[in-house]
Amino acid sequence: MPMDESVRKAVLGAVPSLRAFAISLCGNVDRADDLVQETLLRALANIDSFQPGTNMSAWLFTILRNHFRSEYRKRRREVEDGEGRYAETLKTQPEQYGHVEFREFREALVKLPADQREALVLVGASGFSYEEAAHICECAVGTIKSRVNRARTRLAELMSIAGADDFGPDEQTRAVMAGGGE
Amino acid sequence: METAETRNRKASPKPGKLGREVQARLGQQLRAMYDDVVNQGVPDRFADLLNRIDGNGNKDKH
Repeated sequence: MPMDESVRKAVLGAVPSLRAFAISLCGNVDRADDLVQETLLRALANIDSFQPGTNMSAWLFTILRNHFRSEYRKRRREVEDGEGRYAETLKTQPEQYGHVEFREFREALVKLPADQREALVLVGASGFSYEEAAHICECAVGTIKSRVNRARTRLAELMSIAGADDFGPDEQTRAVMAGGGE
Repeated sequence: METAETRNRKASPKPGKLGREVQARLGQQLRAMYDDVVNQGVPDRFADLLNRIDGNGNKDKH
């Protein structure tokens, strides 16, 4: 059976966002594109299990996330090496924040626990509701909310904003981070 | 046993207490990063992949 035109359109339409999500998960654009490709192959092989009328994008995100999770443990080292290459995927840097702050943001994002990072990206960038994100991550809505909150707090800590002086014994950590990063 | 460090940690602000301005700034950076990838569109390899699968008649599994 040839691919239904509406399915084809929906799948292709989801690709840019799937790539952005994949890059945020694994921090490496080549690996992310492989992840997207494997996701599309899996999805199309199982297209019968997609329920028409439901959110195609959320369905694809779920497949991508599950696939990444199963592969992630095997490739932990590769993931950790990925951050440096992430910059190469960015054609433009948002000038309104300045180069340094944007770089700090990316470095901080990579340091978040995977659970928190994916929740933050799904809700804060992919545009999913808390309910949709909970469905994608197979957890409770409250869990997603708390992960997003912790992610934001941790990011602010890592970037030494939000009155980081209030955060207690982190002076040393911040000094190291301010000088580090290379 | 409670050390100065654990006391400090307990006293630190709870998650969700970030100022609105900070949250907005983090959100903008996150979206800027994400949208930069989204704006790259669909790389050829994915359009080609779908064409190839389509051309195969979607591999009759039955």
